[in-house]
Amino acid sequence: MSAALLVLSAFLASAVEMVEALTIVLAAGLTRGWRSSLSGVAAATVALAVVVAALGPALTVVPLDDLRLVVGALLLVFGLQWLRKAILRASGFKALHDEDAIFARELREAETAPREERAGLDWYGFTLSFKGVFLEGLEVAFIVLTFGSTQGSIPLAALGAAGAIVLVAGAGAAARAPLARVPENTMKFAVGIMLTTFGVFWSAEGAGAHWPGGDAAILGVLAGVILWSVLLVVLLRRRHGELVVA
Amino acid sequence: MKQLAAFGRFWWDFVIGDDWVAAAGVLAGLVVTALVAAWWVLPPAVALVLAFTLVRATRQA
Repeated sequence: MSAALLVLSAFLASAVEMVEALTIVLAAGLTRGWRSSLSGVAAATVALAVVVAALGPALTVVPLDDLRLVVGALLLVFGLQWLRKAILRASGFKALHDEDAIFARELREAETAPREERAGLDWYGFTLSFKGVFLEGLEVAFIVLTFGSTQGSIPLAALGAAGAIVLVAGAGAAARAPLARVPENTMKFAVGIMLTTFGVFWSAEGAGAHWPGGDAAILGVLAGVILWSVLLVVLLRRRHGELVVA
Repeated sequence: MKQLAAFGRFWWDFVIGDDWVAAAGVLAGLVVTALVAAWWVLPPAVALVLAFTLVRATRQA
């Protein structure tokens, strides 16, 4: 059960971040040339691989309780950030993520940026793609490493992330357009719920608490997080409706 | 100096995010959990923190 949740969390988190990265890479590729854009993607992938290679083995030597406390706390903070944004979007207080609008804006900016050649590449296109992939990928790398190491299976988490990357990259290459129909907020909501659930479970354990029922308590925490989040969406939707009417 | 500040800002945004109250609340919840070594401290603390940070966000909106 935990393994399935681990793969699903890594998959969803990666898919959401990669959809956002794809929008930037497409804008850079279409306006500044594919060579510069794809070079940026390759450089960012290498940089991310270096981060993972440096951090991954280091995490495996940390005692499990300390790891669960620190990693659990980090996941919990990340999870609350994701959940907060997803709830605000679901209740109408924040605009839904619009990949088409972001794509149009990126295209506009990339078309008007001055051309500067470095190492035979258009520097704007290269850095735009590099930053997009590296920054969006960094959070995924963090989630995969922390989730995987705490659960004792970095390869399993990496498998989930790799599956999402292949799927999004394949869909992007086929469509040559941003994946605007992906239900991003629903996916962010799901990731937020899972990060918060595992964050609560592991950080409390790392801090010295013992859950009744052991690992099975994760399901109880998961149910609680889902119910509370849905309740907050309902309450905030009502509040948003009252504000709009007033 | 500027680059150092930008580096610090990046990590602050990356880890703490839009509302520092959430991170502070998590930290406080974990300190209490460690002191009493009880599982039932963190879930309600996190529930309160989430509600509180959402109320703050809606007031700013």
